[in-house]
Amino acid sequence: MKRGDRRLWAAIAIAGLVMALWLVLMSAIVWSTLSAAERAAVAEVLAGRTGLVFVGWLVGLGGVSLVMRVLHRRYIAAPRRLLEETRVVLEARGLQRLKPRGTREMQALALAVNALAGQRDALRSDMATQVAQVSGHVQQEKDRLAALMAELDQSVLVCNLAGRILLYNQRARQTFRKLSADPQLAEGAELIGIGRSLYAVLDPEVLAHAFERIEQAVARGDARPAAQLVTASLGGQLLRVQVSPVRARSGRAATGDGIEPAEAAPHTQAQKQTDAITGFVLMLDDVTARVEADAERDQLLHGLTEGSRASLANLQAAVDMLAYPDIEPPMRERFLAVVRDEVRSMAQRVSDLAARSTQSLKTRWPLEDMRGADLVAAAQRQMSARCGCPVELDGVDPALWLRVDSFTLIQALTYLGSRLVDEFNVRFLQLRLAAAGAHAQLDLVWTGQAMSNETVMSWEMDAMRLGKQNTPLTVRDVVERHGGEMWFERDRVRHQALFRFLLPLVADARAPMAEKSVHDGVEARPEFYDFDLFQSSEQTRALEDRPLLELAFTVFDTETTGLNPMQGDAIIQIGAVRVVHGKLLRQERFEQLVDPCCSIPAASIPIHGITDEMVAGQPKIAAVLPVFHTFARDSVLVAHNAAFDMRFLQLQEASTGIAFLQPVLDTLLLSAVVHPHQESHRLDAIAERFNLPVTGRHTALGDALMTAEIWLRLMPLLAAQGIHTLRQAREAAQKTYYARLKY
Amino acid sequence: MSHKILIADDEPNIVVSLEYLLQREGYEVSVAVDGEAALAAIESGRPDLVLLDVMMPIKSGFEVCSSVRANPAIAHTRILMLTAKGRDTDLAKGMALGADDYLTKPFATRELVDRVAQMLASKRP
Repeated sequence: MKRGDRRLWAAIAIAGLVMALWLVLMSAIVWSTLSAAERAAVAEVLAGRTGLVFVGWLVGLGGVSLVMRVLHRRYIAAPRRLLEETRVVLEARGLQRLKPRGTREMQALALAVNALAGQRDALRSDMATQVAQVSGHVQQEKDRLAALMAELDQSVLVCNLAGRILLYNQRARQTFRKLSADPQLAEGAELIGIGRSLYAVLDPEVLAHAFERIEQAVARGDARPAAQLVTASLGGQLLRVQVSPVRARSGRAATGDGIEPAEAAPHTQAQKQTDAITGFVLMLDDVTARVEADAERDQLLHGLTEGSRASLANLQAAVDMLAYPDIEPPMRERFLAVVRDEVRSMAQRVSDLAARSTQSLKTRWPLEDMRGADLVAAAQRQMSARCGCPVELDGVDPALWLRVDSFTLIQALTYLGSRLVDEFNVRFLQLRLAAAGAHAQLDLVWTGQAMSNETVMSWEMDAMRLGKQNTPLTVRDVVERHGGEMWFERDRVRHQALFRFLLPLVADARAPMAEKSVHDGVEARPEFYDFDLFQSSEQTRALEDRPLLELAFTVFDTETTGLNPMQGDAIIQIGAVRVVHGKLLRQERFEQLVDPCCSIPAASIPIHGITDEMVAGQPKIAAVLPVFHTFARDSVLVAHNAAFDMRFLQLQEASTGIAFLQPVLDTLLLSAVVHPHQESHRLDAIAERFNLPVTGRHTALGDALMTAEIWLRLMPLLAAQGIHTLRQAREAAQKTYYARLKY
Repeated sequence: MSHKILIADDEPNIVVSLEYLLQREGYEVSVAVDGEAALAAIESGRPDLVLLDVMMPIKSGFEVCSSVRANPAIAHTRILMLTAKGRDTDLAKGMALGADDYLTKPFATRELVDRVAQMLASKRP
């Protein structure tokens, strides 16, 4: 029963009492004016009709109640709702306005509140502009740093003293993706993320040792304290980790920016050394491949030295024996056989070595993986602009990936094209690209007269000139840099001439796919950092008593085949995002279809839009839950109508052994805590209340994102009610009316 | 009486030369093609000197060497180690395990013959 109703009942009761008193009073007055005979007559009339009087009183009271109810609704419930909505406006960050409704006065009040909110917003935006101006360059520097980190070709992580990640770049994410037990599922997002613990993926003892060494180095006054370590990840890869400290320049801030007195100089020196370490920068390098390459090179070297030594010993001994003049012919034949055998094996060894070492020679110059079609397109643009004749593409294999130094290669093509135009009056050039065994052949084709071998030779060996620009490189240099070849060829049938380049292909055709950025195109600026975590003072209080704003939340939603897990309904999709330190991390998401191992009821398909075809071939729940469990590690679970989703998760506990034991918060219940007088706490209704755009609803990830946005807005409203910690939030949720409902 | 020499090496291409060479020098020569056979031949044939290759199947020259030195009955056997491993760490290991001398492949046969003669002439301490 709603709280306000008690007041309504009380008012009705009082009205009933007043009516009864009024009746008695009027009766008493009338009675007092009557004579004894009249009184007897009236008493006689009334004696059998007290029931009628009572009914009359009741009917009157009913009428009064109806009026009261209407009045209550108009003048008490409506203002109360308006109050709640006003509070939303009060807490709102963006444009949030009331809808005027109800009585004229209420509408006027809503408009007045809107006007106030408008003034507040204008003031706030003024303030925001000023603050933005002041802090703009700080943010810019921060963003620049983060952007720099993001583009770095090395995995970079920054963690605080407790080992919580507060910055990572795209490359680090790729590194961790390789470390992930099941890289297809969450793409490593279950391992790396803002606020996640580094200790989950790297050996805590090894890291602690490195941190300790740095702290000692800092204490010693080492100018560049750093530690390097190589550790095996849980998946068996070798990681080289370089660790450097992040130090807060507290000393400088304390002394101020002004000119320091001379005697303070040695003091600041000492202070600089004791600057507190606030975190560590880690640069990760997956050296598995490099160590393997080194091992192979060692093996080659080993084979060359030891193998050759043994062969040479055999040869020398045999030759020494052959030198004896009195040697018998059969023995002589045997020693000659030894010599022949050893010479053959030496020759074999040398050619093997040559074949294998060209592979490693190729890798010496930093070549990049590039799609052949992109290379040719870039060359076409460059050549069209600089050669002075049209360049066409003809027969470019789109599937080829090359290992090239695209800059010098395009330079070489442009140089050759320019000379053709200048010296042979060629009017029209073509580029072709096709596979040729283990290589790709890139042809620069023209129609016209042939050239002499001398000309080809000189073009190949001359230092390249491009317009007024001279380069020290020759075409031959460029070709050798690629471990490739280049020659001049004539196609008499088509009356064409061409320069053919043989270029290396990417060894593993799948390799370049790993370079694809994770969730590309989601947002221009990914939230890959949160420097606030430097200040985080965790572990000092139990999880229950820590402020909600300091916690990490995994906000999730599931799509299911139906509503009854006990009757065989199963999960078909899980979506989740992380909210850390009051910020929604859109990049750190989990989205996975699940094969329910049964057909999806046709009736449910319009709700979630997931068909049998979509889940066919997807992993089963037993494969998905462990990854989701890792994704949700060290966080509080949040879901809308969490009991429903948790029921489905808990039912898997027995078969998968995966238990979600962390605390759970329910946005439905918490919405009811914040707005007890709203009629609906459905996701859509709350979203509308918070003025959130409804997009991607009824996919697990779409709903999880929506729930996360709602959760971000609920937190300050809860705080306004004095609910700051996880414990308080859970207790409040339990007390709400909805908590007693069973799903 | 001529000295007995055991050649322990798994490479027939060197064994054929060494066998011929040492027989010409007047030694009584036997051959073993792996570490285990070498150890058995030392125990049964009691050679005065063993030309011991380091890299052999079943048991390496290092293992054979330390087994010989550990067995009092044959511990006095002179051992000349032959190896294609050129690192000084290998040499140090061979000498530490009880080799009397050490030759790195390739070597001149004259040098080998000189060393063998030298070792047989000197008494093992």
